[in-house]
Amino acid sequence: MSEHEGLPRVGVFVCRCGVNIGGFLDTTAVMEYAKTLPGVVFSKENLYSCSESGTVEIKKAIQENDLQRVVVASCTPLTHEPLFRAICQEVGVNPYMFEFVNIREHCSWVHMKQRTEATEKAKDLIRMGVARAIKLEPLEPIEAEVEPSALVIGGGISGLAAAASLAERDFPVALVEREKELGGMLRHLYKLYPSNVIAEEVLNDWKARVTNNPLIDIYLASEVSNVKGFIGNYHVTIKSPERETPLKTGVIIVATGAQLWEPPEELYGYNKKEVITQLELEELLRKGELKGDKVVMIQCVGAMSSERNYCSRICCVTAIKNAILIKEMNPAANVHILYRQMQAYGDEYESYLRRAKEVGVRFVNFSPEQPPVVEKQQVKVYHQLLGRELTLPFDLLVLSTPLVSQRGSEALAALLKVPIDQDGFFLEAHIKLRPLDFSTDGIYLCGCAHYPADVGEVVSQALGAASRASIHLTKGYIKVEPIVSSIDEELCQGCGLCAGLCPYGSIEMVDTPKGRKAKVITVACKGCGICASSCYCRAIRLSHYSNEQVEAQIRALSSAE
Amino acid sequence: MLDAGRHPNIELLAYCEVQGVEGKGKDFTVHYLKKARYVKEGVCTACGDCAAKCPIKVDDEFEMGLKKRKAIYIYFPQGIPGMYTIDPEHCPMILKGKCGLCAQICQAGAIDYQQKDEEKTLHVGAIIVATGLTQFDPSVVTEYGYGRIKNIITGLEYERLINASGPTGGHLYRPSDGKLAKKVAYIQCVGSRSLKHNDYCSSVCCMYAIKDAMLAREHDEEAESYIFYSDFRVMGKRYQQYRLRGAEDYGINYIRGRVAEVTEDAEGNPILWYEDTQTRQVKSLTVDMVVLCSAAVPSKGIEQLAEILGIELTPNRFVKTDPFHPTDTTAPGIFVCGFCQSPKDITESVSQASGAASRAAELLGITSSDKRTVA
Repeated sequence: MSEHEGLPRVGVFVCRCGVNIGGFLDTTAVMEYAKTLPGVVFSKENLYSCSESGTVEIKKAIQENDLQRVVVASCTPLTHEPLFRAICQEVGVNPYMFEFVNIREHCSWVHMKQRTEATEKAKDLIRMGVARAIKLEPLEPIEAEVEPSALVIGGGISGLAAAASLAERDFPVALVEREKELGGMLRHLYKLYPSNVIAEEVLNDWKARVTNNPLIDIYLASEVSNVKGFIGNYHVTIKSPERETPLKTGVIIVATGAQLWEPPEELYGYNKKEVITQLELEELLRKGELKGDKVVMIQCVGAMSSERNYCSRICCVTAIKNAILIKEMNPAANVHILYRQMQAYGDEYESYLRRAKEVGVRFVNFSPEQPPVVEKQQVKVYHQLLGRELTLPFDLLVLSTPLVSQRGSEALAALLKVPIDQDGFFLEAHIKLRPLDFSTDGIYLCGCAHYPADVGEVVSQALGAASRASIHLTKGYIKVEPIVSSIDEELCQGCGLCAGLCPYGSIEMVDTPKGRKAKVITVACKGCGICASSCYCRAIRLSHYSNEQVEAQIRALSSAE
Repeated sequence: MLDAGRHPNIELLAYCEVQGVEGKGKDFTVHYLKKARYVKEGVCTACGDCAAKCPIKVDDEFEMGLKKRKAIYIYFPQGIPGMYTIDPEHCPMILKGKCGLCAQICQAGAIDYQQKDEEKTLHVGAIIVATGLTQFDPSVVTEYGYGRIKNIITGLEYERLINASGPTGGHLYRPSDGKLAKKVAYIQCVGSRSLKHNDYCSSVCCMYAIKDAMLAREHDEEAESYIFYSDFRVMGKRYQQYRLRGAEDYGINYIRGRVAEVTEDAEGNPILWYEDTQTRQVKSLTVDMVVLCSAAVPSKGIEQLAEILGIELTPNRFVKTDPFHPTDTTAPGIFVCGFCQSPKDITESVSQASGAASRAAELLGITSSDKRTVA
């Protein structure tokens, strides 16, 4: 066809996504419309483009029609771009000749009640996609070597388990602990639920695995003071009072744990004597110094509140455990647990809760609107299930306070260029699907640095983070998305604006025979485009989102008939 | 799912069952049954012409029986591998040698009525158990009337109803009369946290009920939701904020109390009888539909699998682990992850899955490619 002369051969696939798209706009009309666009030699509807049968149809169409550009109009590149790119590659089309048009999140889902308009908008989006596709250029992935070693920050149970697992697989590990000894929070605990094993025994087991492994270098009383580089090639400085040690490492695992929130004195008369925290109770139990036989515990002290609007997960079962321990030591003891929502989840904690009731621990449900009041040696609390106020005298009042983000988390986050959430915990790449990754490749997360968790859960996560980190260590190289910036040295005036703006530290200023110029560290570039869009001299070109490509898209939008 | 299906290092053995395991860590021989699909793998193109012509209609398990499927079917559209399977319990050709329509229709020539189950073996270094969960049948909790009162459905049935690709296109048409359900009650702990049925907390129902209620409101601005709970389990990251958002932005009503009984009025509207334990008043509430958040239990066949693998289970039939080594089963070389180890959400399952992978890699000595000890 003459109208396509000089243009690459474009194929357009319109996905119905079951009824997610097909139910809200006319995909057949959209598919027919696509056929009329310049360059488009093939167009087809799929029930699910991403299904195995859909992908087979796409591959077949590419081969039979000798397609040079592939446009899929369906859902989001976030989840499906890698798949469609891979399909292109399998049949010999450079994966960067693929263009994704989102007609679900950007169209059918937001215009569910406007079928006609949604159909027209989908046509607009596809016209723009095709215009951009025509301008696409083939790109080749960038490869970089990976130093097969790891840095683990934090020597508590999560850091120990992650380090032990990686060293077990012959990867050298540097384990950095801020304190003078390993062990973190577990050093302060007495017995662990639900099996009542001594915390020190669990800890010693993991410590032995770490200290006995010659591949693990332990840095005590040390902190990470500087981090440069990118996945596979981090240059880190470890600082202790005596010296600064430079270190090269491939990946970094953040296992810095959490700390217990210490209540202020005015809260329930906290005084570390007869009004103490659960952590201080652990210490009393460990030393066998518990006195008195009237114990009251209050849950959610400083948690599930406007300041710390989350449940600290471990406090309910911790209270149950300590209450049972007290009853076992002294069956005559009177133990009350004042709670809001009992968090006895999983396979075992429900029966653990019942066991506490069986040994005589009393549970009192209160509402946050009517919190307990402490008067001298007694607690007054409105038991909302009984509908009356109880007066509970105590020898010991134990406050279950939440785990909060670790001291220094913000500084470490800034050093590693990773985010933290509104509660101060480190923010993972995806709450459900990537809980152990940061969005920056090469940095991983586990344990209470992510969110409060019990020892078993922490070990699960630590082993998991080791697994995630080991993927690149095992391969020995990484492939970086070739969507990166490049500098035209002729146009660059060396102002340094881009280097200052780059959030990944991937632009450096260098002296060249032509003067001071910006230089992109290609493997560290994430292709965000901040530099290109802010360069006064238009000296920066972002591949795959070049001015020509984006302008073609904009022109196509305004060319509607 | 498709990622796993396409990964060069993963071979998916779908429609197969493990029958026996010999050996130990680093060197297992696994005997498994590859069940006959009566359709040739690699030949079927999943075009669907066969199912369109198949005259036999049976309840669709994927749609929780809310829809029919044919005797030649694909479990769900995005399923892997993307191919059809003949259900031998319903296909007249397999049962009595009569019909054969699908073989006539199939352009690819993929139908093979003579296919037999095959016994196969496989050699592996490590085994990971990840058999997940299924939903407890709430009809044994007779006071809630499931199976007797039409407008009482389970959490999984609700998932299909509210799904835009589901049998009702995402509209909450209630089963008795197809009327749009606007007022929906969710009952927590149905058959869980119970000495009579399942003595544990399923750990995910509180949160999915909030999500269900939010979806209802997103579909219909007039939707009203009531969640009956005993302790709200909000122990995950950002769960408490989600719960508050449910009340503030979606108008969800949370009522602390275990529903005693559900009856039905003349129009088929369920009536919930309960004590609001925060006000200690006995009340009733008439709604359009009730969703039972029924206990999640270990998948069917876990006992047989445990016996084959030589691993122990807990009294609640979860795979037993040491509390501080939650990815190790009681048999060396066999690891575990996900709900089958203990009730947990997707996030925790994903973390633990990576953890189990780590343990397997430790056992097999998988290290950097240039010093690999095991191929």
